[in-house]
Amino acid sequence: MRQVLHQQAVCYWLQLRVLSTSPFEGFLAVLFPLMFATAALLVYSVNGDPVAMQYAGLGAAIMGMWTCQGVVASSLLTRERWAGTLELLVAAPTPLSRILVPITMAMSTIGLYCVVATMLWQSWVFDLRLEIESWPLFVLSVLMAAVTLAQVGFFLSVTAVRYRTSWALGAALEYPGWLLCGFLIPVDLLPVWIQPLSWAIPTTWAMDAIRSAADGGSPWGSLAVCAATGAVYAVLAAYLGKRLVDSARRNASLALT
Amino acid sequence: MTSTTSVGSVPSVTAAVEAIDLQRTFRTTSGIIRRTRKDVEAVRGVTFAIEPGELFGLLGPNGAGKTTTIKMLITLLLPTGGSARVLGRDVVTDVREVRRRIGYVFGGDRGLYERLSARDNLRYFSELYGVPPREQGPRIAELLELVGLTGRDRERVEGYSRGMRQRLHIARGLLHDPEVLFLDEPSIGIDPVGARELRATIAQLSEQGKTVLLTTHYMFEADELCDRIAVIRQGEIVAEGTPAQLKGRVGGGRVLEIETYGVPDDVLVAVGDVAGVRSVAVEERGQQQVLILQCESDTEVTHPVLARLNGIRVGRVDAREPTLEDAYVELVSGA
Repeated sequence: MRQVLHQQAVCYWLQLRVLSTSPFEGFLAVLFPLMFATAALLVYSVNGDPVAMQYAGLGAAIMGMWTCQGVVASSLLTRERWAGTLELLVAAPTPLSRILVPITMAMSTIGLYCVVATMLWQSWVFDLRLEIESWPLFVLSVLMAAVTLAQVGFFLSVTAVRYRTSWALGAALEYPGWLLCGFLIPVDLLPVWIQPLSWAIPTTWAMDAIRSAADGGSPWGSLAVCAATGAVYAVLAAYLGKRLVDSARRNASLALT
Repeated sequence: MTSTTSVGSVPSVTAAVEAIDLQRTFRTTSGIIRRTRKDVEAVRGVTFAIEPGELFGLLGPNGAGKTTTIKMLITLLLPTGGSARVLGRDVVTDVREVRRRIGYVFGGDRGLYERLSARDNLRYFSELYGVPPREQGPRIAELLELVGLTGRDRERVEGYSRGMRQRLHIARGLLHDPEVLFLDEPSIGIDPVGARELRATIAQLSEQGKTVLLTTHYMFEADELCDRIAVIRQGEIVAEGTPAQLKGRVGGGRVLEIETYGVPDDVLVAVGDVAGVRSVAVEERGQQQVLILQCESDTEVTHPVLARLNGIRVGRVDAREPTLEDAYVELVSGA
């Protein structure tokens, strides 16, 4: 057990170094969230309504996390494939799921940076100071958003083992995710038939918990559902991971060519 | 060690690596509206055995099935037929135990984390290959010393030359001290000095008792390193034996090289018809054409061949012993 923890910690740290020194991921992590937040706040600031600005400010903060974690996670193993390391990861005696967890957790760390950077940007550029009633619950909710988004990323990433072009799935989820998760528009305003899709994403519940923590409400119910849906993705990914690796071995899709 | 020249020898019970009628078929599809499927047989019933401590070469042209065979043996590909065992463990059903005991190194620039240092790359793979944390430091230092990267190990890999990367690959493959090492064209694209150092490293590993399966396109490399060699062509093993035995297959004789200028095709045919000449190959060297004749050792062919070349400008004429390359060319060209 101790060796497993050591493995997870070392792999997390080294993967964080890989991610944080990559110009591409660096560009995504530093600039994209700020651009998204700027666009959202410029639209919402037209009415000059402070409640709406608070709503948009919180949503914009998590929007960056969604992009750099959820979207990038789906291309995570594609990146390994291009680097020629995917075969080495699969050929290792360590189960693939245990290799992927520290990678997705490293992405979560970048996601958390996005939240902090966006909040500072909102404060400096738009003079928007978010009103947070309970900072501990707010931080807990943001952490839950990061962890459960890592679990969604874990789920998306395992599909790339088998399907070389599955990274496109993550890219296709980026903008629909902004709507589905209620970052800028309440989920209640979406068509009724589409709302179950929103509920199936843990980030929707994390966003709800974040807003409750900021407004002084109780986030615990949303946090519980968030944790549960996140766990479903993690279990599903672990289950699929083994089968998709076997399928990749059968269909020879691990290598670039 | 086995010293037969048989094709597809029956694997022994104690073999470190054994493949029995190993097969792999790939299914490809083409077309958008009318999808057509095509089955490509990459490996068609390969059988061989590698004894513990043996350095075994697998030679063959591009697309012959070398890498596919290796990938089945290291559990990255599932065979579509036959079976294979590494250290007595089945590569399909006992995947984890096989992976614990083998190392895999391939040639080329890829397979490393560019933005990490050599040391951090080795730390990462140490964790994945289950090297205990306390043993990692000394083991990494030992391997860096072995591959000559001590002192450059804290630099990012993105600044490494191809030779340095290849040596780092070798170190990575040895982290967990595997009993069997699979080297898939490890010297590809390396300069002569780097390739010589790499050969010395591989020879050293063999001396340490590691079982090695090596694929390469460089015949002198295989000749220098391998205890035994199998030649694979179109997914099938066409010859197997020691380098000396394979060379002996080339007509059991000698090679005559004749420098010429502008030999017409009909004269080539006439040269091939000379008694004692088994085959004729032409190698273009600038304006020169070098005729490479595989000859019977007990027949004098030089004078009759030169007689057929009457009227054609002829340069140097050399007779030499056949090389492994001669044997290889004959085997893969189906001569």
